[in-house]
Amino acid sequence: MSSRTGRATDEREVMLCADGPILLPGPVTVEDEDGVKHHSERPVVAVCRCGATGSAPWCDGSHKLVRRDAGPRAVPRPRRSGSERPLEDY
Amino acid sequence: MRGAPPLPTPRGELSEALVAALGGRGVTRCLEPDSAADEALSLWILYELHHRGFEGVDDALEWDPALLVCRAHLEHDLEARWRRRARAVVTPAQQRCEAGEELAPVFFDLCETDTGGGSIASFLQREADLDQALAVLRQRSIYHVREQDPSMWTLPRLDDETKAHLVAIAADEYGNGDPTRLHARMWRRGVEACGLDGGYAAYVDQALPEVLEQVNLMSMLGLHRRLVPAALGHLAAFEVTSAVPSRRVARGLERVGAPEEMVDYYREHMVADAVHEQLAVRRMLGSLVAHDPDTLPDVLWGGAVCLLAEQATATAVLAHVGAEQESAVA
Repeated sequence: MSSRTGRATDEREVMLCADGPILLPGPVTVEDEDGVKHHSERPVVAVCRCGATGSAPWCDGSHKLVRRDAGPRAVPRPRRSGSERPLEDY
Repeated sequence: MRGAPPLPTPRGELSEALVAALGGRGVTRCLEPDSAADEALSLWILYELHHRGFEGVDDALEWDPALLVCRAHLEHDLEARWRRRARAVVTPAQQRCEAGEELAPVFFDLCETDTGGGSIASFLQREADLDQALAVLRQRSIYHVREQDPSMWTLPRLDDETKAHLVAIAADEYGNGDPTRLHARMWRRGVEACGLDGGYAAYVDQALPEVLEQVNLMSMLGLHRRLVPAALGHLAAFEVTSAVPSRRVARGLERVGAPEEMVDYYREHMVADAVHEQLAVRRMLGSLVAHDPDTLPDVLWGGAVCLLAEQATATAVLAHVGAEQESAVA
């Protein structure tokens, strides 16, 4: 957030959240890997970085259900090791 | 005030005396509450004078000195009880910050503290039938008709940066200028589609003492300038613990065949609160603590109060709706 002071008025700030999503100013249209466009009118949107969201491309907090140490873009893994339950069930 | 709720049904000596005094049938007597329910309802009544007031009750009584003395007495006990109750959650988090760790990871971890009981969201997702789900919604309505209102009392007391971040979150909660997207309005639409009463304070007479205490805590933190950091800590913890449970509730409501309007309310929170939690912790709390490091202990305390009050509510509500014992273990 150190760049906040003195930025040009039309400059947009993007924030990468540790262990979490990327925050983008909205309204915004995000094109996903399949070329599908998703529009949001929100003033700020959170885009999933962990791949675990059930509301792609938007973050739904599911990064908390995957291992923190897996890092962004890693394959999500359930927190409880050895469990056969699907992630959705947590 | 037009549209204000009627006075609730008293639950003991103190609430009886307050309802009588507010209704113009006697002077204010600051009695000792005779039960937890009497205490929680009495404080809820006194706080309601600062929210919307009551039908047929003089609005000037909001600042009646005798009622304020009574409120201060109850608040003193409430605050002392929750300072004690939260200490075990706050202390380790405070030690981590004092050892130089950043606030955000510490606060997110605090919000994952195992509070040792069942989760309403998990119960709704996996086990509740429609009647049980509706019973939960009736209890939840005490909070949802107000949503973030108590935290808005902090606004004039904040420095520019923290204020701007709080307003960014609040604007979304209050519909970004579109009253039909106001979360409290979406709640009303949802519960009315379920055949429930969407009116303000419609279910206060059925509200469990723990449910009333949960909203009383929010009013207390919001009203006192001294407790601004705790009010914002509470708000942030609420956002942090909302997105994932909202998804569970949405799935549960779909499973029992609840109306789309009700499911939509929780779907909105899955995505909205995933944004809000980041803004609340990293920007709002981050700027508050950076500006005044002395706010840290109360920021953490407010977060812990949010978690522990939700656990107390969850335990009481799950017992109330007759959840199976095994479902009371998350």
